[in-house]
Amino acid sequence: MLKITNIEIVYNDVILAVRGISLEVPQGGIVALLGSNGAGKSTTLKAISGVLDSEEGEIVDGKIEFKGVLLNRKNSKEIVRLGIIQVPEGRRIFDELTVDENLWVGAYHRLDSKKVKEDYQRVMDYFPILRERHGQLAGYLSGGEQQMLVIGRGIMGKPELLMLDEPSLGLAPLIVEEIFQIIQKVNHEERTSILLVEQNANIALQIASYGYIMENGKVVLDGPSQKLAANEDVKEFYLGLTDVGSRKSYRDVKHYKRRKRWLS
Amino acid sequence: MNESIQTFLQLMLSGMSIGGVYAMVALGFVLIYKATGVFNFAQGELMMVGAYFSFYLITQYHLHFFQAFLLALIISAFLGIVVEFLILKPMVGEPIFSVVMITVGLAVMLKGTVSLVWGHDVHQFPSPFISSPLSLGGVTIFRSSFWTIVATFALVVIFILFFRVSKVGIAMRAVANDQRAAQIIGISIRKIFSISWAIAAVVATIGGFFFVNIFFVTPDISYIGMKAFPAAVLGGMDSVPGAIIGGLIIGIIENLAGGYLDKLLGGGIKEISSFVVLILILMIKPYGLFGKEEITRV
Ligand SMILES: Nc1ncnc2c1ncn2[C@@H]1O[C@H](COP(=O)(O)OP(=O)(O)OP(=O)(O)O)[C@@H](O)[C@H]1O
Ligand SMILES: [Mg+2]
Repeated sequence: MLKITNIEIVYNDVILAVRGISLEVPQGGIVALLGSNGAGKSTTLKAISGVLDSEEGEIVDGKIEFKGVLLNRKNSKEIVRLGIIQVPEGRRIFDELTVDENLWVGAYHRLDSKKVKEDYQRVMDYFPILRERHGQLAGYLSGGEQQMLVIGRGIMGKPELLMLDEPSLGLAPLIVEEIFQIIQKVNHEERTSILLVEQNANIALQIASYGYIMENGKVVLDGPSQKLAANEDVKEFYLGLTDVGSRKSYRDVKHYKRRKRWLS
Repeated sequence: MNESIQTFLQLMLSGMSIGGVYAMVALGFVLIYKATGVFNFAQGELMMVGAYFSFYLITQYHLHFFQAFLLALIISAFLGIVVEFLILKPMVGEPIFSVVMITVGLAVMLKGTVSLVWGHDVHQFPSPFISSPLSLGGVTIFRSSFWTIVATFALVVIFILFFRVSKVGIAMRAVANDQRAAQIIGISIRKIFSISWAIAAVVATIGGFFFVNIFFVTPDISYIGMKAFPAAVLGGMDSVPGAIIGGLIIGIIENLAGGYLDKLLGGGIKEISSFVVLILILMIKPYGLFGKEEITRV
């Protein structure tokens, strides 16, 4: 459904943030894109959403295709209309708008107002806490509630592909659990394909069927989730299951060594 | 009724009517500022141009005043969109200061064009309102002033509904709140900018229409922009009700100062009173009366 081939992304004409990555999200699948700070995950999502230009970023090479349509030159409005909705990192709700308004505005581009009302009810069923808070200013919600609200706003856009940027960031484990269950539910019930960006590889690999690991703007490893979760390096550096006890940076391991191990 | 109370009420009422005009022009400032972050120095000129549209549609094309009024609104909406497209759009990404300077240039251009095309003469506006004043319990008010006040309050209601209920209104608030987030959910920022300019030009034209009913038609009426400026700041710059209330307050204070103090201190007090009040209020409330309440929870 989504197919990225060898894209390179440059900021301000000089900073090469993404250096030729390729990835694929199959129809109805959940795919995880993992990696530590600054790996280029958000940059990749911004490229797909067509919002790089507002940050002086540019796709300089490669192709992004969605259901066979080339997205490289499309703007964010066109891309949303094609059915790709991003839930950006950092819980970017509209804090001066009420919970309801945040949800309605998520359906801004839609003309099927009857379906929009149904989707609103669906979001409220997924996140009952939002129903309780529906008239409140979103800025006064707790972190977990805000994360639920941005996801709800994303669902209101009627996505065929929902891209979530670090939904677990800064949330208590119980809330993370709850949110990830809902993500899975949305995937099952709506057949919405999901591209999940996470630093928390542990939880992401639990719901994803396939994963990519990014570092320094490159995909360094990819494979089915179980295989990734069983990989020694991934265990050590992303799942925090190290024998040594302390968490090392993945970069500490010599490059050739990592390459070799993955290939074997 | 006690005569001094009567004088006071009289001054209040006429202050409210001129204040209503300030409010409408200030509303335009606020709409553009909120959405685009640009301070539009040509707001008073947009009002003046709008007033000329109504005036010429009535006198030259002999339209009924109501038709002329509606047509003027449509033309000025279009003017707002064109201005945004031709002058502001190419400036996207430039420092905000340069963009503001562009609006100063726009002000000069608009005024120059009107003087060139329609001349500098002072005209009486063919007012649709009956000239005999209304009497409201001992206080009299011109019908034009009365309807200005009514229109101001009607606009408050319309705008509150627009921003609370309509899809575009909510999207405009979303853009003002977080432009990037709005873009990512598929709102076209460009479109919202151009709608903001269109609405700002429309409310300015409504203000202009009522103002020439209580005053005259001349290119110099654009100075109202300078009065609407303190009104907008007083209201907090990004608050719609703030702009309206700010406008009314400035209008009332000016009139009271003119009515009571000018006699004692000689002329001129009326002109500066609004700025004096503005400074006093900003000393107490730096973000104006309705300045954005920052939500501190994150
Ligand atoms: N607007 C920008 N201008 C210049 N450089 C940028 C910009 N945004 C990101 N970068 C750089 O691009 C690289 C990738 O950043 P990106 O935000 O994609 O990382 P990330 O994988 O999402 O990290 P995190 O997990 O911390 O969110 C980083 O080196 C970052 O400094
Ligand atoms: Mg990121």
